[in-house]
Amino acid sequence: MQHYRRTEIIVGAFMLTGILAIGLLALQLGKVGGLGEKGYEITATFGDAGGVRNGGDVMLAGVVIGRIKRVTLVKSLKAKLTLEINNGIQLTTDAIASIRTKGIIGERYVRVSQGADEQFLQPGDEFDDTESAINIEDLISKYIFSSGSN
Amino acid sequence: MIALNGVSIAIPEQATTVIMGGSGSGKTTLLRLISGLDRPNSGCVWFDGSNLAEISRRQLFTLRMKMGMVFQYSALLNSLNVEENIAFPLHEHSKLTDSVIHTIVTMKLEQVGLRGFEQLMPSELSGGMAKRAAFARALAMDPKVVFFDEPTSGLDPISAGVITTLIQSLTELTRMTSVVVTHDVHAGLSIADHVILMWQGEVIAAGSPDSIRGSDDARIQQFIEGRADGPIPFSRSNTNYLDDLLNPRPTVAA
Amino acid sequence: MNGVLNLFGFMGRGLLRTTERIGDGTMLCSRAIGHLFTPPWLGRQLVIQLYAIGFGSLIIIAITGAFTGMVLALQGYYTLAKFGSESLLGSAVALSIIRELGPVLGALMMTGRAGSSITAEIGIMRVTEQLDALEMMAVNPVRQVILPRIIATLIALPLLIAIFDVVGLGAGYLVGVNLLGVNAGAYIGETIAKVTMHDLLTGWVKSAVFGLLIGCICTFLGYRAVPTTEGVAQATTRAVVTASVSILIADYIITSFFL
Repeated sequence: MQHYRRTEIIVGAFMLTGILAIGLLALQLGKVGGLGEKGYEITATFGDAGGVRNGGDVMLAGVVIGRIKRVTLVKSLKAKLTLEINNGIQLTTDAIASIRTKGIIGERYVRVSQGADEQFLQPGDEFDDTESAINIEDLISKYIFSSGSN
Repeated sequence: MIALNGVSIAIPEQATTVIMGGSGSGKTTLLRLISGLDRPNSGCVWFDGSNLAEISRRQLFTLRMKMGMVFQYSALLNSLNVEENIAFPLHEHSKLTDSVIHTIVTMKLEQVGLRGFEQLMPSELSGGMAKRAAFARALAMDPKVVFFDEPTSGLDPISAGVITTLIQSLTELTRMTSVVVTHDVHAGLSIADHVILMWQGEVIAAGSPDSIRGSDDARIQQFIEGRADGPIPFSRSNTNYLDDLLNPRPTVAA
Repeated sequence: MNGVLNLFGFMGRGLLRTTERIGDGTMLCSRAIGHLFTPPWLGRQLVIQLYAIGFGSLIIIAITGAFTGMVLALQGYYTLAKFGSESLLGSAVALSIIRELGPVLGALMMTGRAGSSITAEIGIMRVTEQLDALEMMAVNPVRQVILPRIIATLIALPLLIAIFDVVGLGAGYLVGVNLLGVNAGAYIGETIAKVTMHDLLTGWVKSAVFGLLIGCICTFLGYRAVPTTEGVAQATTRAVVTASVSILIADYIITSFFL
């Protein structure tokens, strides 16, 4: 009987540890339970999104200030990105969003440069000014083409 | 493969029936059929007005409340100690309180002379003690019938004597029916009220121990006296010895 | 000609036997799980099995998790450094562990540690007539012996794999940040940014399916073991092999569903 109680206690501790591990993963990595709601949304439309993915970084002055939440296509023509910007970060209404690459073949991210305006973007607003992804192949072919014509 | 053929037996109530026979005579198969552990391909097994060959599992389980069984290797549940093993069927099938169950277990252990060994695990028991504990477990539900599969095999003469005495005395005391399967002729004949002798899947004799002892059937006499050769031949080979010596046949087909 | 016919006959019989065994096993396990919904409930047996199967596998799972995380960090760093993307190390380690290596390695270790002993234990209960004894005491061995073990593996494996994941991520962090010098902020930031609920779900679905597979295969092969010493030995070997291969096959199927 005593023996069985010991077993029960150990099994209880084991279950708790396991559930704790699941909870830790879900809260920290799965963004469950309000932890994911710590930002506001701003949209940006690009002619060429360059293959950015959900979860990609949004950076300002080289610092991560948010994530790419959704990538959608608008009227089969343009890419519309919904960005989640961390609370406490204020972006001017004339800020520019551009798609950049980390390193030469690194992953794509959204770079935001602040403007000089006095007013700030509100949740749900859209960037007025965007720069599409720089396509390296286009650049190279342009370079070859222009050097060939000289 | 047919283990039993044309067997028809009746087991008298409130008496000890001993089923004897050599290895492979089908006596263990017969016991498994009577207890409902196996079902016959054809034929009937009547127990208390029910045909065990046809009833549902649920009905069989109801009948099992009236049965107990002592297995050849005791078959105590090795994760439980002696007391928990004996209490197991009571916990499963009765709503008795723990203290009542404890009292019953103590009484059953006293009957088999194992009181004081409640806390031992099956692995700590000798063969004879394990048999006694299994006996106590079979008695736990106060069954009408108790089956014994080779109760004395693998035991020293004293332990074997203890077990046979226990079977005899408890059968009388509790007015239960005992069915014992054994190849131990002397123990078997000494405790039996009714003897069934099996040979190669068939019953060759049934009757009181005295009628078996006095039988003039050569097969029965050979079995009782334990002679090596007789109607049941010593040699199991069915080819000619001289032929095999002179013309060695390849044992594996080419 | 004859040889070819023999070969077909051999293959056909093998296929038939395998199909029969799969059917038999499925029937047995669904019968066992069917008992889950009728009283009496399996309290005490389940606790005992959770102790043996779950707690018993804890140390080996933690060790496997730690070294998996560490070696992933080393290998990942070696590969990522070639592209100058060391900062991605955190997400590479986390995704590999959570989506794939945690469930698969955890399940394989569990098969070796607990699955084999489940088969051997039930096989020995068969040899020593304990299963028949239960039957004679009007206790269904399927409910008493098989069901608690299946449920215990089904509960224990996801918990063990979650522990494997946490230990693995921690060990990967130690190697990546403290040993290889990846920036701590980048490591954690990348991990949190790249792992989604979807990845965690993939891992959990795998854990549960693998747990069910181990429980069913190992109990079934023990229950149907030939009641001899060699029979139990053979059943144990077969249980480990069958369970491991089934885990890998199921892993591919689940991964392709969840991509």
